[in-house]
Amino acid sequence: MSEETTDEIPQTLPLDAWHRARGGRMVPFAGYHMPVQFEGIMAEHLWTRSSASLFDVSHMGQLLISGEEVDEALEAVMPGDIAGLAEGRIRYSLLLNDSGGILDDLMVTRTKGDLYVVVNGATKYDDIAHLHEHLPEHITLNHMDEQALIALQGPKAVDALARLSPGVEKLVFMTAGAFRLGGVSCWISRSGYTGEDGFEISLPASAADTIATLLCDQPEVKPAGLGARDSLRLEAGLPLYGHDLDEDISPVAADLGFAIPKRRREEGGFPGSDRIAIERAEGPATKRVGLIIEGRQPVREGGTVVDADGNDIGRVTSGGFSPTLQTPIAMAYVPVSLATPGTPVTLQQRGKLFPAKVAAMPFVPHNYVRKGA
Amino acid sequence: MTLYFTKDHEWIAVDGDIATVGITDYAQSQLGDVVFVEVPPAGTAVEKGKEAAVVESVKAASDVYAPVSGDVTEGNAALEADPSLVNSAPESDGWFFKLTLSNVAELDGLLDEAGYKAFVATL
Repeated sequence: MSEETTDEIPQTLPLDAWHRARGGRMVPFAGYHMPVQFEGIMAEHLWTRSSASLFDVSHMGQLLISGEEVDEALEAVMPGDIAGLAEGRIRYSLLLNDSGGILDDLMVTRTKGDLYVVVNGATKYDDIAHLHEHLPEHITLNHMDEQALIALQGPKAVDALARLSPGVEKLVFMTAGAFRLGGVSCWISRSGYTGEDGFEISLPASAADTIATLLCDQPEVKPAGLGARDSLRLEAGLPLYGHDLDEDISPVAADLGFAIPKRRREEGGFPGSDRIAIERAEGPATKRVGLIIEGRQPVREGGTVVDADGNDIGRVTSGGFSPTLQTPIAMAYVPVSLATPGTPVTLQQRGKLFPAKVAAMPFVPHNYVRKGA
Repeated sequence: MTLYFTKDHEWIAVDGDIATVGITDYAQSQLGDVVFVEVPPAGTAVEKGKEAAVVESVKAASDVYAPVSGDVTEGNAALEADPSLVNSAPESDGWFFKLTLSNVAELDGLLDEAGYKAFVATL
């Protein structure tokens, strides 16, 4: 058997000892030691879909951006409708380079006077450098590296959290607010990246141990690792930066058009807006799609999509076995002519061919609590 | 029947010149939930140290190497229907393939059970 190795020297996050004490198997990820699993990816995945799991996502970057005309400043570097973002509301947005490639995907929330931004762990220092370079000097960017971030995800997350922090049940998907949890001031968002209802809790690193223990003392909650987080987000059809998104891929090809609202499309004025306008008018060359693969063997990132003559015409960017559907699923970029759900395609991995079908995403329906629902 | 182990976490049970190969309990615990196993069909010639099978967990694919050279006489068909046998019975029903040894001397370099346990304890 072979095992993966890595050269980076990982750093330690606030919950490191907490994970180890609970049997978390630690692996290097995004520059940190992170738990990949506790009792097992399959069990943690299914538990998240039926109850609630605590994920440590403290490796992600939490930024607080403020200053005069901060909305305009941010709209110059990302295509989201920042000006239209009400207090306590969250938007998914993108950092784009000048050619419209994706530098990162992120969440922006308006707090009282500032914009709270959560970015990917592996890209956070590049993001910060990019923002420093492109935002006006009077805009303040505070990297909140003394804050931990916990994601509590699953249909029973609300039961567990509302017991400890009454009022959180009033939040709906993509809204946030300040709450007390276990005597600690936290910023709680009803959001996540598993397709389930759930919350993301930003809290002082010094309290992370106590709060994680308090949450896992609730009967609904067990700790889960990055392995389940990855299989959950894949089933939910959510792209992962560095895999399904990178700086060569445009939001149009990535099927993230929803992240560029009408006003911004019409006004332009964000990095790559010209390319994006052209791709929207003419259609992108390739598009991110979901795939369901015949048989039981997963086709993973690095696999290719081939035509009848065996030529590479696309690539698999994420792939794995869906614990919910009990079948291998994947995300891939394919020519737009093949992007309609139901289209049969052939994949190749390590010299072997796999029949697959383009599938609508999400593979497993989202379970978000929307306003008015 | 004599049991040998490799530092790549395969086990090999030898009876005369017939051997059964699988992965160890330690290996399956490291892999996690096994969702697919590709075993070599009968008639495949495998070479010591070369890839002979693939085991896929939810998370990743791993190669399984042939601990000795020989000709495969049988792949474990039960793994196709139930790959989780690798998790539940790694060193019995979850075996991968049987082969006819082509060079018995290759066994000399392998670990015995005590040696393998001592090796795993260092990991």
